[in-house]
Amino acid sequence: MLRKIRIILASIVFIGITLLFLDVTGILHTYLGWLAKIQFLPSVLALNVGVIIALVALTIIFGRIYCSIICPLGILQDLLARLRPRKNNKVGRYGFSKEMKWLRYPVLLLFIVALVAGVGSFVALLAPYSSYGRIAANLFAPLYGWGNNVLAAIAAKYDSYAFYHVDVWMRGLPTFIIAAVTFVVLAVLAWIGGRTYCNTICPVGTCLSFLARFSVLKIRFDEDKCKNCSACSKSCKASCIDYKNHTVDYSRCVVCGNCVDSCKFGALKYDAPRLHKAQGSNGTHGANKPNGERRAFLLGLGLAGTAAALAQVKTKMDGGLADIEDKVAPERKTKLTPPGSLSASHFHQHCTGCQLCVAQCPNQVLRPSGDLLTLMQPEMSYERGYCRPECTRCSEVCPAGAIRPIQQEEKSSIQIGHAVFVKKNCVAINDEVECGNCARHCPTGAIQMVPLDPNDELGTYIPAINESLCIGCGACENLCPARPFSAIYVEGHEAHKFV
Amino acid sequence: MKDRNISRRNFLKYMAGGSAAIVPGAALLSGCKRGSATVDSADGSAMTMRVNPNTGDKVSLLGYGMMRLPTLPEGSEEDPQTGPFDQEMINRQVDYALAHGVNYFDTSPVYCRGFSERCTGIALKRHPRDKYFIATKLSNFDNHLWSLEESQKMFENSLKELQTDYIDYLLLHSTGGGGHDPETDEELSGLEVCKRRFLNNGLADWLVEQKQKGRIRNLGFSWHGDYRAFQLLLNLHDEGRYHWDFVQIELNYLDWFYANEINQSNVDAVTLYAELHKRGIPAVIMEPLLGGRLAKVNDDIAAELKQRDPEASIASWAFRFAGTPEGVLTVLSGMTYMEHLEENVKTYSPLHPITPEERDFLFHIAELIYGQKEVPCTACQYCMPCPYGLDIPGIFAHYNKCLREGNTPQSIGSPAYRKQRRAFLVGYDRSVPRLRQADHCIGCNQCTSHCPQQIKIPQELHRISEYVETLKKEGGPL
Repeated sequence: MLRKIRIILASIVFIGITLLFLDVTGILHTYLGWLAKIQFLPSVLALNVGVIIALVALTIIFGRIYCSIICPLGILQDLLARLRPRKNNKVGRYGFSKEMKWLRYPVLLLFIVALVAGVGSFVALLAPYSSYGRIAANLFAPLYGWGNNVLAAIAAKYDSYAFYHVDVWMRGLPTFIIAAVTFVVLAVLAWIGGRTYCNTICPVGTCLSFLARFSVLKIRFDEDKCKNCSACSKSCKASCIDYKNHTVDYSRCVVCGNCVDSCKFGALKYDAPRLHKAQGSNGTHGANKPNGERRAFLLGLGLAGTAAALAQVKTKMDGGLADIEDKVAPERKTKLTPPGSLSASHFHQHCTGCQLCVAQCPNQVLRPSGDLLTLMQPEMSYERGYCRPECTRCSEVCPAGAIRPIQQEEKSSIQIGHAVFVKKNCVAINDEVECGNCARHCPTGAIQMVPLDPNDELGTYIPAINESLCIGCGACENLCPARPFSAIYVEGHEAHKFV
Repeated sequence: MKDRNISRRNFLKYMAGGSAAIVPGAALLSGCKRGSATVDSADGSAMTMRVNPNTGDKVSLLGYGMMRLPTLPEGSEEDPQTGPFDQEMINRQVDYALAHGVNYFDTSPVYCRGFSERCTGIALKRHPRDKYFIATKLSNFDNHLWSLEESQKMFENSLKELQTDYIDYLLLHSTGGGGHDPETDEELSGLEVCKRRFLNNGLADWLVEQKQKGRIRNLGFSWHGDYRAFQLLLNLHDEGRYHWDFVQIELNYLDWFYANEINQSNVDAVTLYAELHKRGIPAVIMEPLLGGRLAKVNDDIAAELKQRDPEASIASWAFRFAGTPEGVLTVLSGMTYMEHLEENVKTYSPLHPITPEERDFLFHIAELIYGQKEVPCTACQYCMPCPYGLDIPGIFAHYNKCLREGNTPQSIGSPAYRKQRRAFLVGYDRSVPRLRQADHCIGCNQCTSHCPQQIKIPQELHRISEYVETLKKEGGPL
């Protein structure tokens, strides 16, 4: 019964939270966004007291049931472990092992230190929800996107608007590699030892284990009924049941209910115990931890910064399309963080690098950083789109309070950076054409076109940026015809302000 | 223009009143005895032929426009000879056309990214040279081609590409189109450009020489744009300076009276046709369908046309209209698909001229179409390639399609707003890649002088871009 309830709840949460990462329509987060917001670490970072109290209460009453039904990474491991064919249906393949305090506590300590010191990359590497987000956004979402695109192609054939094409693109190579490595390591661990990660590395698991030791409801032995058959130990993914001594290590038990189901003699029960003693001990499991990947070098392509060298056909023929060169991100002194993130430091301290905003960004602006300190935390760039005035999606989905909720109306007054003109790239000068596309699309009217030569009103016009009005949305940078480097780009601000 | 004083509405009333004989526009559509003479075959199923009074050529009323050739399926490898165009399909369609009496093939050195002449030449070379007429043009648009030598080279190259030693119908291409001074880059009027391209450089005289040598059989011009260029060329004809054997104009039931209303600088087809008619110059008709716009109409208009004649296709009305005036030598259609060809052959085998009642009915349809405020783009591709990568005809086609289908919602409060908005925005991304959409138009204006419909392309693109922006801002995710 316990096991069945657990599986049903876990399935609901897992499917929901996965869809949150996969959704291409931008509608689901309205209904499923709460699933991210009840995650432990994000709510701690967001100082979401209500959720924290609820989770603490949940654990004190039920034990580490959080790890079995709320944590998507935990559920993923259960799922992976299930995929391994069993020789014998009745008897599991696990066994009791001792608790590895020497690993758990130092890892937790390191994690807290990194959290306080603001080393976001280390935090994101270990945090379970972040790891799952990374896997979902980098490994599952592309598959879902391609599937969607197949449907979109079919829909287009039948003139239906039920599905539409989305771009599937590599948002950041380091993060992708880390996601892939995390996934493989977890799969191997889950395969061999069930919840090894949860009980050795996971800082949230260790944290909850303090409370779980004293939980009201527990798995408990009825020593009279127990025939010492070892079925419970073998079925325990957490390796926390010592059938010989009739003890359960509640710091590791994730209340999955497998042992209760496996016991043919009804010797195990999940209920409020009479005084019962939990046994802590040390064990011998090998330490496993995803390796921090080295920072990968991003597109250092030495494309000389000539402005769009547009092919001039000698005799103009009718038809055809001109080639469009891809834009290359400019070197920004200060990285751009999304409106609602208040400041770079606030953002970096709160972000868990879960990739939810990256996966949700409909304008292809957010992508994970490749910098060592902020590795996997998102940053903004405008080669593929810009931060559109009506969109507040990332602020709506962020579970960790790194991007605080903002209203559409206030968005156009939050200054996250300012535009900078790069004269040598401007097509108005280089191609001697009328342009003004930056001014035309500036949502705050921060750009006006002025004559290059103040005495020549009929000559070339170039943009004049009023930095105090500019909010840094990047419409100008994205829509600038100069390629690969725009003639106008946005430089980030460390602290956002209202204009 | 002489009929400018007459209000268009009154004009229609006149027509409906049946006093057709006094009204030039109506008279022209019926019972014209000058220009080319009709030689309908006795057998009711053969293609209607018209006779060119200058040479006696028997020309099929349906002419094949080689401006919209079929392309290979997307993603297939381009042929070094024929580029992205599907030569096999072109051959098949040309064979079908010839087999069904179509004998006039109209191309230009700049059509289809410059491949049209070659593809046409390859397809036609497979048939005896005396079975068809080739029309091509002096398309010396770029100002570095305005010298006599460069233009001569262009003509010689046409002969080479078409694998022939004479051209049946040679046109000064799109006289009346604007341009820029090669030295100062100053913008020039269509009249001025016409003089510089053909008259001041001695090109017209050289072409007359070629005609005397038999390398050109008929010399004429096509016109779009500056009406003064049209008048100048006809004056030269009247003075006996040049003799135009034919003139190519845009004519269809929308342009007959509405060309000028759609765009101030355009001239109604009725005026153009009248000028040719009174001189006995045969007219070659282009854009009978307005680039397909008269074949793709909204549901209400489609219903009306079908009620009138349930079995006639929507396009056939436009072809019958364009072919009815007897001074029309041939009606060009850029038939990309075999089905278009088959259908048009059917419409003209033989032609059933538009009756006065049907003519009034079509003017009523024209009024409805004009009321939709579509961008009058015919997808001729003259504006392309846009140097900044935009797909200009693609953007206009999507916008017009949404107008026709009622997917351009104006008010967020309207009940179908979400559905229409989705159809517009999803369809937009489907038909035009994002980097080629209207918001990337910088307004450099390089396209405008190429547009034979005189569309102010950047303004229209900016208008569409603003509309898209409003749609995107209102109403959240799709």
